[in-house]
Amino acid sequence: MLDWLFASPAERRLLPGGRFRGPTPFVIAIMTFAMMTVAAAGLALSNAAGLVAEGIENRYAVQVPPGESMLPRALDAARSARGVLKVQAVPEAEMRKTLERWLGPAGADARLPVPALVTLDVAGDADLAAIAARIEAAAPGARFIAHREKLEPVLRAIRVLQWLALALVALMAAAASAAVVLAARGALDTHRSTIEVMHGIGATDLQVTHLFQRKIALDSLAGSIVGAIAAGLVLVLLAGGGAAFAGDLMGTTPLGGSDLVVLALLPLALVVLATWVARTAVLAALRTAT
Amino acid sequence: MLRDLDFRLGRGGFYFLTGPSGAGKTSLLKLLYLAQRPTRGRIQLFGEELSDAPRDSLPSFRRRIGVVFQDFRLIRHLSAFDNVALPLRIAGKGEAEVEGPVREMLAWVGLADRASARPATLSGGEQQRVAIARAVISHPEILVADEPTGNVDAEMAQRLLHLFTALNRLGTTVVVATHDLGLIAATPEAQMVRLENGSMVDPTGALRHPPERRS
Repeated sequence: MLDWLFASPAERRLLPGGRFRGPTPFVIAIMTFAMMTVAAAGLALSNAAGLVAEGIENRYAVQVPPGESMLPRALDAARSARGVLKVQAVPEAEMRKTLERWLGPAGADARLPVPALVTLDVAGDADLAAIAARIEAAAPGARFIAHREKLEPVLRAIRVLQWLALALVALMAAAASAAVVLAARGALDTHRSTIEVMHGIGATDLQVTHLFQRKIALDSLAGSIVGAIAAGLVLVLLAGGGAAFAGDLMGTTPLGGSDLVVLALLPLALVVLATWVARTAVLAALRTAT
Repeated sequence: MLRDLDFRLGRGGFYFLTGPSGAGKTSLLKLLYLAQRPTRGRIQLFGEELSDAPRDSLPSFRRRIGVVFQDFRLIRHLSAFDNVALPLRIAGKGEAEVEGPVREMLAWVGLADRASARPATLSGGEQQRVAIARAVISHPEILVADEPTGNVDAEMAQRLLHLFTALNRLGTTVVVATHDLGLIAATPEAQMVRLENGSMVDPTGALRHPPERRS
């Protein structure tokens, strides 16, 4: 199946010009670099969205109105409700610190009434309406808020960015394919006299195609190796800087093992695509030529 | 433009195709070696109707035809050896089966010491001999040659004619387009086909009903 890849020295002499000349290695190197970095960004976003979604899926906040005994009553009601796994009151100092970011020093003013906040982690099959009713009965005016609802627009934006990254990867693959088609047609024009002689003495279209297919496969392989090394270096540099910070925030590394496998397979996929495109383009051109 | 052609070439025959420049000799040869298809009419080769045969089926027929192009059509970046070896390699022969016959053929056309030379470094006559060696290396059933002796001296022309005659004796049908009356005169057993204005001059009708095999 891959016989065409292992040409004899005599077959290699049929297409002169040496390897890694022409635009193909450079185009594939640039495309591989861009595809890998965009794909890495998309995968990191996907992981971040997954972590955020997982973290807030069953997390709720209860906003308790100010009042001496409201918070303890709300906490007791929440702890005794069926399906509640964890209850935690957000300290008032933390609330004021948050307000201070928005309001400045006025946020820390003790005269400013600050509602108490309780966070709840509930079981997946918990009856939320019953929990909310129980807490409201104990602390009238308490508001039950799903974290998921608040962060949904952010998650949606992340998902859009993920699709955008995927679309960009597909677009770059299409651009690389178009460049390969142009390179293949250019090579056919350059070697037209050789092809005519080969056809004239009985070469099949497939025999001629294999020469070009092999050259473009090797050029693409060289380009993709260079592009992959450059992208790998950039990703390592990013991992040592901003991505490490993101990792601290997320509590895990932005790219997992399976992501690295996907990234490593991208250059190979691009080589396979370029080779297939070259084969198809050359065969089509030969069939319409004579 | 060729028109109103109706003829048969007997298997194993030797034919000279003559006629003034522009008479259609090269066009007729292109039809014979399947480089072109007729816009109308039929061509049968090796007992097969090839006028509208599928493109994929043509290479196997072309491998049975040796062609000496008028402009040689040597691949300029290949050595004389590689040019001559090309038909054998295209036919799938291994290097072990290529080396001997190619060296022998180059020696036969007097180019044994020029095996590694590129066409650009060869004279016109030498290029023509390489082209002839390439055409006959795979012992074709039909040999088509367009002015094969146009660039060689009289001695080499005789030598090439002997090669064609020898191939013909081995059963190869030879069709040579030429203006060289000396070549024609030196081959009395050959039949002459004359083209004028795209039509064949065949007053005796011998080309319509040739003998199946030349004696």
